[in-house]
Amino acid sequence: MAKGRVEVREEFCKSCGLCVAACPKKVLRISDSINPRGYRPAEQFQDGCIACGICARTCPDVVLTVYRIDE
Amino acid sequence: MSETKVFGMTPTWRRDVHTHYCPGCTHGVAHRLVCEAIDELGIRDEAIGIAPVGCAVLIHQYMDLDFIEAAHGRAPAVAYGIKAVRPDKIVFTYQGDGDLASIGMGEIVHAVNRAWPLTVVFINNAIYGMTGGQMAPTTLLGQKATTCLSGRTAEANGYPVRMCELLATLEGPAYIERVALSKPQHILKAKAAIKKAFENQVNNKGFSFIEVLSTCPTNWGLRPVEACQWLEENMIPYYPLGVFKDFE
Ligand SMILES: Cc1ncc(C[n+]2csc(CCOP(=O)(O)OP(=O)(O)O)c2C)c(N)n1
Ligand code: SF4
Ligand code: SF4
Ligand code: SF4
Repeated sequence: MAKGRVEVREEFCKSCGLCVAACPKKVLRISDSINPRGYRPAEQFQDGCIACGICARTCPDVVLTVYRIDE
Repeated sequence: MSETKVFGMTPTWRRDVHTHYCPGCTHGVAHRLVCEAIDELGIRDEAIGIAPVGCAVLIHQYMDLDFIEAAHGRAPAVAYGIKAVRPDKIVFTYQGDGDLASIGMGEIVHAVNRAWPLTVVFINNAIYGMTGGQMAPTTLLGQKATTCLSGRTAEANGYPVRMCELLATLEGPAYIERVALSKPQHILKAKAAIKKAFENQVNNKGFSFIEVLSTCPTNWGLRPVEACQWLEENMIPYYPLGVFKDFE
């Protein structure tokens, strides 16, 4: 299975949690940090991302970019 | 080791803007799908959007496209005017349910009936979002709103309007589909439908109308993830997803 990673534009995240709920691999969570607008941005907190892109397709604020890691 | 971007930002989305939408509001998803469709079809220079009155009133600040703002509900009439003088342009409206199905009911019915190649993206969130959660024509029976505090009843308020079914009775439209944004599988289908609605206009194939079931977590009083579940459990049974008309 493909290996991937997610990049978060933290300052645009509104902490809605839709990506966290949508990720089939459960590798996203809401972090403890706070962005300039007062929201806690999403983060990838463990390996296991399969670069499916579901999180980015679910995000209403175009916060996430998904990369496939080619061996 | 190298990396390949598999999903990133589409050019029509203005990368540096913060939308004013509430956290988890799926208006943002609908915006992104419109941007992706326009970019994939390569029609960014031809596209002209008509902005509604409602939460999406500032849509022109979020998409790097030409836009014009219409009075409440009048976006289809403005779209006709533009298409009449510039038939080479790809003209679309983006309207909420208060805008399209209430004050704009007359415009949309006559616009569809006229059957010109135009594209309408209709956001049904079963409420007036911008003005603070009043009942919309699409508010479900039993659903609470600030103008029906103990829930909508048929006796007092009439029945929720199913726009796709209503418009599909007319000869005019070429393509009518209802989609939803409440889960990833639905979002993929919504993307395909919105793209087709633009593609039809590129190919001069008549009026395309896409109803998008969308959330309003703030006025529904639900967290964003719960709002998606509420949509699945309450809206989809009354507003079934699918194609209601297709010229093909
Ligand atoms: C002529 C006129 N009447 C009423 C209003 C007040 N108004 C602003 S937005 C709105 C309804 C918005 O609801 P909807 O179209 O469902 O969009 P949403 O905000 O839910 O996305 C109303 C009634 C107005 N701006 N202009
Ligand atoms: S790309 Fe897929 S697996 Fe990776 S974080 Fe997003 S949803 Fe999860
Ligand atoms: S879906 Fe987008 S805005 Fe919501 S928490 Fe995830 S990254 Fe942030
Ligand atoms: S009020 Fe409702 S429709 Fe408007 S931005 Fe907030 S959640 Fe979205």
